Amino acid sequence: MTPKTLYQKIWDSHVVREETGQPSIIYIDRHLIHEGTSPQAFAGLRAEGRKVRRPDLTFAVMDHSVSTTDRTLPILDNDAKLQFEALEKNCRESGVRLFDMNSKNQGIVHIIGPELGITQPGQTIVCGDSHTSTHGAFGTLAFGIGTSEVEHVLATQCLVQSRSKTLHILVHGKRPKGVTAKDLILAIIGKTGIAGGTGHVAEYGGEAIRSLSMDGRMTVCNMTIEGGARAGMVAPDETTFAYLEGRPFVPRGKAFQEAVERWKLLKSDGSAHFDMKVELQAEQIAPQVTWGTNPGMVTSVTARVPDPHDFKDLNDQKATESALKYMGLKAGTPIVDIPVDRVFIGSCTNSRLDDLRAAAHFVAGKHVAKNIKQALIVPGSRGIKTQAEKEGLDKIFRDAGFEWRDAGCSMCIGMNADVLPPHERSASTSNRNFEGRQGKDSRTHLVSPVMAAAAAIAGHFVDVRSLDDVSSVE
Amino acid sequence: MQPFSAHTGMVMPLDRVNVDTDQMVPKQFLKALTREGFGRILFYDWRYLPGEKPNPEFVLNFPRYKGASVLLARANFGCGSSREHAPWGVKDYGFRVIVAPSYADIFYNNCFKNGILPATLLEDQIEELFQRTDKEEGYSLTVNLPNQTIADKHGLMFKFEIAPSRKEVLLKGLDDIGTTLLHEPDITEYEKSHAASATMYDAVDVKYYSNGR
Ligand code: SF4
Repeated sequence: MTPKTLYQKIWDSHVVREETGQPSIIYIDRHLIHEGTSPQAFAGLRAEGRKVRRPDLTFAVMDHSVSTTDRTLPILDNDAKLQFEALEKNCRESGVRLFDMNSKNQGIVHIIGPELGITQPGQTIVCGDSHTSTHGAFGTLAFGIGTSEVEHVLATQCLVQSRSKTLHILVHGKRPKGVTAKDLILAIIGKTGIAGGTGHVAEYGGEAIRSLSMDGRMTVCNMTIEGGARAGMVAPDETTFAYLEGRPFVPRGKAFQEAVERWKLLKSDGSAHFDMKVELQAEQIAPQVTWGTNPGMVTSVTARVPDPHDFKDLNDQKATESALKYMGLKAGTPIVDIPVDRVFIGSCTNSRLDDLRAAAHFVAGKHVAKNIKQALIVPGSRGIKTQAEKEGLDKIFRDAGFEWRDAGCSMCIGMNADVLPPHERSASTSNRNFEGRQGKDSRTHLVSPVMAAAAAIAGHFVDVRSLDDVSSVE
Repeated sequence: MQPFSAHTGMVMPLDRVNVDTDQMVPKQFLKALTREGFGRILFYDWRYLPGEKPNPEFVLNFPRYKGASVLLARANFGCGSSREHAPWGVKDYGFRVIVAPSYADIFYNNCFKNGILPATLLEDQIEELFQRTDKEEGYSLTVNLPNQTIADKHGLMFKFEIAPSRKEVLLKGLDDIGTTLLHEPDITEYEKSHAASATMYDAVDVKYYSNGR
């Protein structure tokens, strides 16, 4: 038998219909939906008199526009309110499970999927959201789709797809202290560029990836889309199985043991062929900070803001020039000299327990700097929030001058009231630093949770490796 | 969906690499419940100054490009968010064709669902088109999908590549869902033979789950 990659194995087991020269029909095991990209899909179904084929495989949550403050207060944003009502009505009529904003399991769609065990190895998972790649951390084929495809999956539980090319990303060696999963993925994107993975599905491997917790693997897979690949995956192993055991939607008892036996087969064969390969050495990776207006505009915390003339390509020069102008940065400025106005620790990239624990460990007994106007902690889910509170993390953060909020997308996208004001600069643990992403004319620097916490305490970026307190950081 | 065969129209150049979908339709417009009306807000933050005054420095507001229906763009067009609001905006503004050296995967896919042709040319061909657009006011292109050609009236002609299945979808204006549902028996068969892998347990705190199908 020809050796296969993990991607090919999952693909092959989901083909409903294949015809040479045509895209295949593949089956979708889990469909996640949220208020932002689903209303038009349900409206489309209704217009055609079609039904949701598998409400039991469809899961809905409110996350993008929800308030992170008191949810018992009336919703003032009327457009958001109408979207919540539409999702509620669509779920009620079709029998789709809904985690509404008052559910104790509510959270960001890519956080609650794994947290509740909806996400399981070997599945195909889609959602009308590009960061669906997150779920690949469990050895699933998971990718973002547009609203027309959401409608297609609702109606058929299938998608029409062509096979992607495969990309192997290996990070060898051990992560130095203070260097996190976020730094690995930012360094990868810095190397491949934001379109380097286009047309590919990535599989991550190497010691530095294998040694990550599930939370860390999710951070890496989450930002795969920022490197252009639609999906990223890590083959499941004992870390994966241990994470899943006992979660609400995961099989129990004997069924769990049987599932683990199946899941163990989910890995690329030793000699399987990948279309492209990228390799990095973890020892050479420093904490990363973005300086520009896309996630590929990234550098080490020890470096300086680049000069447009550092780039050979004319388009890159122009892009750098316009990014520096937008960001209000001067070429040659040391990264550690950049002052920060607001700090956001949250988003589907970095709002899980590992992230909050690492940040809390670092800020314990300290206080945010005077120039910091706001430092927000937004847990990715209410489940995470509850657990963090049990561990007393909320108190550590509050004592240090952070605001402790309810779960949602929040300042990652600024669709609720958590908006970064014009010309203000954030240290943010989210995944996108596009123009206007966190608020019109706002300036985003993407960093890891410890780097964000350290920036909050210092008032500017600092190299966390130079600090004593980071020894225990994941 | 509206079928696409050939189109002639004025070109508007967007001279910028890595244009992301956040720029096409910013987040404040993602709270809509319909697919309509996104043309007015396409490229909102670049296009408007405070008070929705047109920004005279943004190319979409140049009088010479009024009425353009071919969008000439640079590499990795449409990266970032999967929001289909972006192609809805492109279409609603009046663009039927995009011409660029490369596209991000999700955006590329979404174009086909909306009857927009995203044509791919080589970098130096794109460069040539940027120069011609700049030099000649009202520069227009004729895009012929069956022949896979892009031509101007001065004799320039480029061939472009497109997957045959994608081409067919546009030419026929196919309804994807309807096409897939023709294979309903295959789907049912798959579900029967894979029922075990769909095993699920009932959770916690959810609304509106009906066991029956
Ligand atoms: S946290 Fe940000 S990136 Fe993640 S789903 Fe929400 S808006 Fe998208």
